[in-house]
Amino acid sequence: MKKPLIQFKDFSFQYFSQAEPTLQDINLTIYEGEKVLIVGPSGSGKSTLGHCINGLIPFAYKGEIKGSVKIDGVETREANIFKLSKKVGTVLQDSDGQFIGLTVGEDIAFALENDCMAQDEMRETVQKVADMVDMGRLLSSSPYELSGGQKQRVAFAGVMVHDVEVLLFDEPLANLDPATGKTAIDLIDRIQKQYNKTVVIIEHRLEDVLYRNVDRIVVVSEGRIVADMTPDELIASDMLVGLGIREPLYATALKYAGIKLTPELRAGRMETLRLDLVKDQLLEWHLSQRIAAPREERPTILEARNLSFQYTKKRKILQNINFAIREGEMVSIVGTNGAGKSTLAKVICGFVKEDEGELLYAGESMAGETIKERSLKIGYVMQNPNQMLCKPMIYDEVALGLRNRGVPEEEIAEKVDKALKICGLSPFKKWPVSALSFGQKKRVTIASILVMEPKVLILDEPTAGQDYHHYTEIMEFLKSLNDQGVTIIMITHDMHLMLEYTPHAIVISEGKKIGDSTAVDILTNREIAEAASLKLTSLYDLAVAAGIEDTAGFVQHFIDYEREVYRHEK
Amino acid sequence: MKSKLFDYVERDNWVYNLSGLTKLIGFILLTFASMYTYDIRCILGILILSFTVLKMSGITFSQIKMMLYYVAAFLLLNQVLTFLLAPTYGTEIYGTSHEIIRFSERYVLTQEQLLYQVTKLFKYVSVIPLGMLFLLTTNPSEFASSLNGVKISYRGCYAVALTLRYFPDILRDYNDISLAQQSRGLDMSKKEKTSTRIKNVLNICVPLIFSTLQRIDVISNAMDLRGFGKHKKRTWYARKPMQKSDYVCLTACAGVALVVFGIAMFINGGRFWNPFY
Repeated sequence: MKKPLIQFKDFSFQYFSQAEPTLQDINLTIYEGEKVLIVGPSGSGKSTLGHCINGLIPFAYKGEIKGSVKIDGVETREANIFKLSKKVGTVLQDSDGQFIGLTVGEDIAFALENDCMAQDEMRETVQKVADMVDMGRLLSSSPYELSGGQKQRVAFAGVMVHDVEVLLFDEPLANLDPATGKTAIDLIDRIQKQYNKTVVIIEHRLEDVLYRNVDRIVVVSEGRIVADMTPDELIASDMLVGLGIREPLYATALKYAGIKLTPELRAGRMETLRLDLVKDQLLEWHLSQRIAAPREERPTILEARNLSFQYTKKRKILQNINFAIREGEMVSIVGTNGAGKSTLAKVICGFVKEDEGELLYAGESMAGETIKERSLKIGYVMQNPNQMLCKPMIYDEVALGLRNRGVPEEEIAEKVDKALKICGLSPFKKWPVSALSFGQKKRVTIASILVMEPKVLILDEPTAGQDYHHYTEIMEFLKSLNDQGVTIIMITHDMHLMLEYTPHAIVISEGKKIGDSTAVDILTNREIAEAASLKLTSLYDLAVAAGIEDTAGFVQHFIDYEREVYRHEK
Repeated sequence: MKSKLFDYVERDNWVYNLSGLTKLIGFILLTFASMYTYDIRCILGILILSFTVLKMSGITFSQIKMMLYYVAAFLLLNQVLTFLLAPTYGTEIYGTSHEIIRFSERYVLTQEQLLYQVTKLFKYVSVIPLGMLFLLTTNPSEFASSLNGVKISYRGCYAVALTLRYFPDILRDYNDISLAQQSRGLDMSKKEKTSTRIKNVLNICVPLIFSTLQRIDVISNAMDLRGFGKHKKRTWYARKPMQKSDYVCLTACAGVALVVFGIAMFINGGRFWNPFY
């Protein structure tokens, strides 16, 4: 009989600051050596569940607890956060924020320092643990020299120093590009098997976690556990869509083809899928689809010619970039962290000045135009809305740009009303910003840029940290803006976004443009996808497995079909 | 990049390898000596010493370029203002008056004034390299560990280290936010009135404060989860024990300070050295 490590019994939790319990009637047992995935939309309580396991509840966040939660047989309320931290190691979502030390070695040693371990012994342990996560040779590197994936490895090592029994990952994929995410899932899998750890992963990106096997998936919705089953059962159950969690794309494709998913199909992971049982049906669907007529070509609105940029002489951030974006297009700029895609956006907005080459807006060079002048044509929305919002009231926030320009107040009122309406924020016109959810704040920032009526909108990671429901909401909103004629450029590493919403994708890698084509082409092109740390879409894998030669065509059919389904639902 | 203003870059030479505590005490001793005395010979001695150490530390000009510009501008302003506001202060101090040039009734340049102002200029110039040395060659965590070594509470020490650690991040945030606000028509250039510019800076500070608070929340959770504050004591990974070179350096600094005070007290009979008497 396996030993139960984490036991929730009739457990409820209510934050003192909230009117309703965040978690209710939780009954959950996780056994030694298990690997469990907890999924749920934002606000479902899945992060709170994680806090209850690592002791942040009740020690850092206060609230009312009913029922019991035991870690390794000890009631958490009666232990303390330090005792728990030796049993449960937590890797937080924000790998930047949790980097406490000044170097890799120091950060890994943090927990040991607090335990008063002698320096010699500490250095030895740090080296050993760093080697486990392949960071042993970078002990003296500073966080600025590390990639997101490497920082996460450091955080991982930092909790492994204590030989913890449970490893808890809070949204480990949130800040990683697709290929790095894949490596992270691999690493978690390897450590779990090699050292026989119990692993709990909290994440809403189901398909990416299922790249490696998990034993069970626990689904949380509105504070309750609504499912606790194997991946194969869950994918076959048809319950995900209603809960606002995205099912794997290949599973959706099978459904579109009219295939009934059953646990016997083993659709939990692409690798285990028994495609041989349903292949004919899939092929039939593929052949029955028609390619939609291409859209007419519009005039070019933004063009880059031989654009280069460097901060210092040694390293060129952008090299000889050429591209043309047409009016009314929806374009994604993709590439790894540090590839230069954010810098490209900064050059376009005039935040930094290109060293060579030029940018043309509607055929005219923008050289010498200030940030202010460019902002009349091109609006920029930052990733984190908290970095943009500076007024307490929504109306003032949206009006800020116009007031800066000295537009008369009556005209402002009219334009703000219009922008709020487009963004679906009209009912909140007189609300304070602080009363809004993250997604709504994001929309306020978009409204505050839209109000200035730019022709081109650049958004940095518009859907970062959003669950499927909010992702769809934001993207459909951007799509509707696009339908009204705004050209939209998105910097992203979300491949779903790229595939489903941007017919045109520009790929940047190490400062150079390595791809400029349709998103479908790029996500079915192994060479480009690898160079840019993207991941081939599972639709491609599905097409290959089914023996379809025209993989791009298959993916295109899927997207067209999905659009059609969406339109019907509306 | 602007955010490089205070970045710590690791190097391997004797200045870097000194303990942070040694550097702090040395900095305080020499600064105090230099601020106390108005004997230009002593000040020149400290000036040569501090520039030699700066050179030996391997700090590059590009690393301190920005700071130097600010300091140079400040010193220039200070010198001009001193002359404009108190053109005869030197005469008052030294009690004699050797005229060089007479600009007007009020503004007369005397040798005394010149000596006073040059002395004052060198005072600042001799201290600035020391400050830069301390800021740029001290590993914040190592410094925290040596502060803790002299019985200062480790929570306080860690707060200092974290501030130094996150300073570049916050500068970077400030930059990003400022650019985004400028693209909404916020004018930060000198064309705008000062009052408007101050208001505009506030518009940047609000989001900066909120994103910094968020950051603090994450980091304090991360620290809790890894047992910070569990015991009354803690050990330090980055700690450097005091070595021979530390003691040599401390003795040297104390020596210099003693000589400076000695000269002031027994030879000059006060803070000023008077060649005109």
